[in-house]
Amino acid sequence: MTTAAGTPSDRSVLPATERYTVLGWLRRNLFSDLLNSLLTIVALAFVFFIARLLLRWAFVNAEWGVIPANFNLIMRGQYPAVEAWRLWLIIYLLGAVVGVMWRLISGQFSGAARVLIAIPFVLMLIPFFSMGTRLNLLITAVASGVGYAIAGYLPIQRRGRAAAYLLLAYLLVMLILLRGVGAEEGPMPPVQPILWGGLLLSLLLAFFGITLSFPLGVLLALGRQSKLPAIRVISVVYIEFIRGVPLISLLFMGQVMLQLFLPDGFPLVDRVLRALVAITLFSAAYTAENVRGGLQSISRGQYEAAQALGLSTYQSTMHIILPQALRAVIPVLVGQFISLFKDTTLVALVGIFDLLGIARTIIANPDWLGTQPEVFAFIAVLFWIFSYSMSYASRRIEQRLGVGER
Amino acid sequence: MSENATAEEIIICQDVCKWFGDFQALKDCSLRVKAREVVVIIGPSGSGKSTFIRCINRLEEHQAGDIIVDGIPLTRDVRNIEQIRSEAGMVFQQFNLFPHLTVLENITLAPIQVRKMKKEEAQETAMGLLNRVGIPEQADKYPGQLSGGQQQRVAIARSLAMSPKIMLFDEPTSALDPEMIKEVLDVMQELAESGMTMLVVTHEMGFAREVADRIVFMDGGEIMEVGTPEHFFTNAQHERTKLFLSQIL
Repeated sequence: MTTAAGTPSDRSVLPATERYTVLGWLRRNLFSDLLNSLLTIVALAFVFFIARLLLRWAFVNAEWGVIPANFNLIMRGQYPAVEAWRLWLIIYLLGAVVGVMWRLISGQFSGAARVLIAIPFVLMLIPFFSMGTRLNLLITAVASGVGYAIAGYLPIQRRGRAAAYLLLAYLLVMLILLRGVGAEEGPMPPVQPILWGGLLLSLLLAFFGITLSFPLGVLLALGRQSKLPAIRVISVVYIEFIRGVPLISLLFMGQVMLQLFLPDGFPLVDRVLRALVAITLFSAAYTAENVRGGLQSISRGQYEAAQALGLSTYQSTMHIILPQALRAVIPVLVGQFISLFKDTTLVALVGIFDLLGIARTIIANPDWLGTQPEVFAFIAVLFWIFSYSMSYASRRIEQRLGVGER
Repeated sequence: MSENATAEEIIICQDVCKWFGDFQALKDCSLRVKAREVVVIIGPSGSGKSTFIRCINRLEEHQAGDIIVDGIPLTRDVRNIEQIRSEAGMVFQQFNLFPHLTVLENITLAPIQVRKMKKEEAQETAMGLLNRVGIPEQADKYPGQLSGGQQQRVAIARSLAMSPKIMLFDEPTSALDPEMIKEVLDVMQELAESGMTMLVVTHEMGFAREVADRIVFMDGGEIMEVGTPEHFFTNAQHERTKLFLSQIL
């Protein structure tokens, strides 16, 4: 670092008028001239008016009793109450896995980690939760702490790979716990997916929709650029067909037609699974187009440098092209995943009780007539929390990977 | 690849022709390069210099004539192409470093993936090469954090990591700021003195005069004249060569 030579003078100090003060900021940004001042006042009045209406509704008129009364329904749909311990076990394990993975991938207990560990404690403050629920949340928090602590002692070399295996193992265990094994009278009787519902189902559909459609979409994007005409044509036809059809029609087709395409005697595919297939196939086409955008942003020189070094097409795709292409489209992909998460509500129209489906059954219940605003506001907040978390996480990942900087 | 066939002439190009659509970019180009020889290719822009050396490692496909590199004929056979590519390193005008990998990862990627080298061994080699090109302290930076001259030196180290028998340079200093050209040319000169076979497309006449064993002048997709630097700068035969030299010197 070199600095301009010379003795310090007044010219090296930020002028007083440029300094950052509250009044200075207000004047510069809100009241810089007459028109600006007028606009500021009108806007403030408008905001105040709306906020007052909203707050009055939320704190005076709204009948929030509908939420605690139906809370279990909203969270897990018709998943049997006696089997709810399996869901809690899944959540404990999630806490532990998050703890371990945090240690493996990030290695430090920084801002975002504190936010994560705070989540169970914040949830414990919700007034209508029973002591049992609070205890369960506490166990989850302890599990993640223990996971984080233990992971520090594990002699693991390839941390990224270990984290990936752990996640896979967790998903498998989670599905087994959810679905159950053994006889009806056994310790873990099967629970048909059609009984899974509420937030549980919305999250499952979104998570598996995203994780299954992503690799398929990447393959389709690569296929669309393939030198082999057959692969290219299949990819293009698939992508353009799916993108030309609304998701809701795919969902109906999945419910009605999927069974027709399968060979005779093939066991009946569960309705939830059929919806998941439709969501995945739909999302893959959009992922493919987004990833293609990233692939096109890679300069020819990158391909040539990889070729000149003797890398095979597969090696250069995996090590050079895809890492850069995917990094370039993280914001677009996350945007698409958020919209996929919200689009899962369409399954309510084919008789599956996700968050929206459950909301509709609650407001149809004679006991809770006229509570549409409360119920819909509540599930809107739930959707917002998860969507915003995804958006926040994506921004963190972008920062870490330095998108647009290198 | 018998020894006596390859020891002498490591690159043989015979009547190489290349078309881009209807445009003929290379017309019957023939050139034989001996091992340890440094050949500099000069000529006006659009004369086919870059196309010619890009044919040698098959970044461009020639449509007529023969190219034989280290005894391996360049055909559509993918195995031959991959073998030739791992024996011929290439340095590009635009560096083409991999921006998402650190300098060290840029250099070790191909040895690990293609040569199946152990990671530690590859890193050790890479550090040796970074020392050789004079920037060992930049190993953990990303290409975007380096100057152009440093990036091009990393690119040279990346090619050398595959222990190539031949180095192809495609205008390696044309995208550099003037004050950085020397540091790259110095590395290239050191490489030439160490006995590397080099084929260099460049506009740096000083480098050509000092380092080249032979200079090739190309114009309009043809090799017009081949000779020693002395011959070239004092006694060029061809009218077009003289015209070109008078324009740039």
